[in-house]
Formats: sequence, structure tokens, C-alpha cells
Amino acid sequence: MQNISGEATQQERSSWMGVLARSRRQDIEDFWTEHGDYFAVEWLRKPHTGLVMVRGRAGGTGNPFNLGEMTVTRCAVRLANGIVGHGYVQGRDRRHAEFAAILDALLQQSDCRKDLLVRVIEPLRARQAELRVEGSRKAASTKVEFFTLVRGENAV
Amino acid sequence: MAYVAVKGGERAIINSHRLIAEERRGNPDLAELTISQISEQLGLSVDRVMNEGSIYDRDLAALALKQAQGDAVEAIFLLRAYRTTLPRIAVSKPIDTTRMTVRRRISATFKDIPGGQVLGPTYDYTHRLLDFALAAECGIGKPEAELADEPLDSVIPRVIDLFDGEGLIEADISENDEEVFDLTREPMSLPAGRDQRLQNLARGDEGFVLGLAYSTARGYGGAHPFVGELRLGEVIIEIVPEDLGFPIEIAEVTITECQMINQFRGTAEQPPQFTRGYGLTFGHCERKAMSMALVDRALRARELGEDVRYPAQDEGFVLPHTDSVEANGFVTHFKLPHYVDFQAELQLVRQLREQREADQAKEAAE
Repeated sequence: MQNISGEATQQERSSWMGVLARSRRQDIEDFWTEHGDYFAVEWLRKPHTGLVMVRGRAGGTGNPFNLGEMTVTRCAVRLANGIVGHGYVQGRDRRHAEFAAILDALLQQSDCRKDLLVRVIEPLRARQAELRVEGSRKAASTKVEFFTLVRGENAV
Repeated sequence: MAYVAVKGGERAIINSHRLIAEERRGNPDLAELTISQISEQLGLSVDRVMNEGSIYDRDLAALALKQAQGDAVEAIFLLRAYRTTLPRIAVSKPIDTTRMTVRRRISATFKDIPGGQVLGPTYDYTHRLLDFALAAECGIGKPEAELADEPLDSVIPRVIDLFDGEGLIEADISENDEEVFDLTREPMSLPAGRDQRLQNLARGDEGFVLGLAYSTARGYGGAHPFVGELRLGEVIIEIVPEDLGFPIEIAEVTITECQMINQFRGTAEQPPQFTRGYGLTFGHCERKAMSMALVDRALRARELGEDVRYPAQDEGFVLPHTDSVEANGFVTHFKLPHYVDFQAELQLVRQLREQREADQAKEAAE
């Protein structure tokens, strides 16, 4: 099934799926302006919400333990040409998962990959990076700059 | 008799639902709270409910808070109940907190640490005076945070790791990545491994865990703790879906992590060193993360060869009592009808009294 998509490596797919999962649906709609034209051609798995158990490690580096669960919505679609796309997104927005799955399928086709990467994925990634940097700059403004006071009698 | 009483309660129950709905709404002349208002403006409440409700989903937690009229324990109950309706899709890879996008990070043990002391959003240095500006009718507008020229380093090392190699602080090394105890799948089992204890504490009631933590520092656990590091920020959640077979990032979640360092005098086998307690929570729950770390350390008494003398060190006492859903369920069930039980006890007490009187009369006669 994925022969047509032979060119997209797992790493590339993993990368755009991560961007789509972490984006807000509204942001995807902003960049993928033709989203309204796409509806799942064939559901291999209709969007449904489930839980992912999040694990931590004791002490940050030790044995894993179960911290708690988070909501995740997933689905799988097959395009008319047979390519299968998967969507895994944070939260309970089914449409978001559907967009992620369709885009995953479209991105696996070499003829439209580049265009979608440029128009949708990279801008989404840039927006995420921008938000991250902004948050980090705010945090950086609260960094303590220690200085040592010089006692009066020692001052010249 | 009891049956008749239950039948009679049906309409009263329905009407009490209507009454609580009206009370929850409050004065209808005022605007109704929206879920996003709760999630945005009562963020720390939402964080607590997500953490103890054990589901990371801000909107669900905000909805639960709205439905529970702001009662955190009731909201946590609602979230736990909702959880049972959802299937488990996957288990994440253990999160890597060194890759956190840090928003706050402090250490009470070292002043100069790589990455610096970053206060972030905290009430720690506020004066705790009521701010009437927040009550002003015109609102507070749009407060703006200061922006530094440069962001923080993208990887901020753990303070604990600064000691690496010296052995002054015990190392936490992964020995078993495969079998992880899961309280949502299997009942509590004692003696508990650290994985079970940490999951239990992460879900545990903040007030109870805080009280236990306090007790360890007040002489009921011999703790003399230092906050090695406290950090808050976003980490990436990664899973390997079965249908894909390769790892994908599915989310970014906010977490609070606390590394607590405790003195340890050593044993015949081990030289003196610092030992550790660990706290990890969803959202910004610093008090909880610190308390969790203290109680985690106290509960390690047995494995560290210390005497188990105090409540916080006794997992048989701590673990079965941390869960607010269970504790609340048990304590508040006493208000449900116990008419028949009580009748039986009433009869018994009457009988005992009659017997006592009869015995006394008999003694007097003799």
C-alpha cells in the first residue's frame, strides 16, 4: 500500500505527524486553506478518543512509573489512490484527527509532498517554535542575576 | 420498610437535581462561566483536577470544575468516572524532563547552576495581600510579561546530575523498563514497588499528601530535605502506535518535577550520602510535587534499611488512604440511608440496657 509513498522515510513521517498532533486545529485550517475540500474518502478507522498512559521515571532517570493518562484522538483514512494516512492528536477533536490523517496520506505522495511541507507543515512548525521562544523569553526575564553586596566600610 | 423509603425518594432526588442545577448557575443576571474561561483563568484548579483525576485534558477538567461548582474533589471524581468510558490506545515512552521547555526552574541547594535560577510564574515572592485591582469593575486589562532578549537554553541539565560521579547523591538508574505496575489495571498490592508508590502519590489527594509530607519534616519521619531542583514546563509525549510501528510525538504537556535531596547516614554496606525523593505531576502543581517527593522518600525507608516508625514511612498506612475518590466515597457514604442498620443497632442497645438494668436490680436484691 505504501509503495507509492516509498520516498517518505519513517523519520519524515514521524516529524510531520508530530507537528500536526501538536498544532491546534485552528492553526492547521489557517495554513491548509483547502481543508474544506477534503473529507475522508474511506475510513479505515473512524476518529475515536482514547487514552494514552503517560510514563515518567523515578528520579527522572530511574525505573518508569505510570504518571497518569491523557486524551488522544486517532483515526485512519485511505485515499482513492490507496494511500493510508494516520492521525494521532492530543485531545478530543475528531476533525483535528481527520485533518492529521488526510494530510499524512497526502504528504506521503511525492507529487504533493513538497508543496504541503512548504505551505502547511513548515509554517506550523515555525508557529510552534515561535510560541516556544516567546514563552522561553518570558521565563528568561525572570532569571535571577545574583550579585554580591559590598559592605559600606570596605567601599573606597 | 427500607424499600418504601427508597420509592418515596425518587421525586425528591429529581427535584434536588433541579435545585442544585439552579444553585450551580447562581444569579442568572450574571454571565455564565464558559469552559475556556475556567481553563484560562482558574488554571491551577484545572491543573489539580487533571492531576488527581489522572487525565491530562484541560477542557474536561474545566468542565468537571464547572459541574462541581468548583469543588475540586467532586470534579476529580467526575473525571475518574469519565475515564472508565475510554479505551487505552497506547502507553507513552517515559518522558525526558531534561528536554523540557522550561518556564520555571529553581534549586535551593546550589546558587549558581548551569541554566540559572528561573523564577517563572510564581506566587512565592508576592506579599499575599489581597489585590483589589482584580475586583475592579473595569477589570485588569491585558497584563504583559517582560520579554528577555534571549530565550533560555534549550536543554537545561538536572541539578542532581551536577554531582555525577562523586557518589555523594545516590544515582537513580533504570533497571527494569518493561514491567510497570498500573493501579488503573491491577489492585493495590503490598509491599509496593516504587513504581506503584509513585503512581499512587501522583493521583493522591494534595491535602493528604501535603499533611504527610509536613509530618516527615516535623519529627515524624526524620526528614531534613532540600529542594535539589523544582522545574515547570512542557515536555513532549511520544508513543509508538501499534499500527505504525515507529515513534511519533503526539502532544506537549505541562508538568512539574521536584527532586528532593535528603541526608542519609549510611549503613554497614553503604557510606553516608544523600538520598532522593521524586515528585512529578501534570500541570503546575508545585506543592503537590514537593509533597510527593517527601513522601516518596519517607516510603523508601524499608529499602534503605531505615526503621519504619512513623505513619508517612508506612506504606500500609499511606497507600490505601491517599486517594480522594476512595476516601471521599467511604467517608461520605455514611450519610446515605442506614435506616435498617441503625434500627438493628438501636434494638441491640435497648436490649443491652434492659439486661444491665435487670442485672443491677438482681445485684441490689442480693
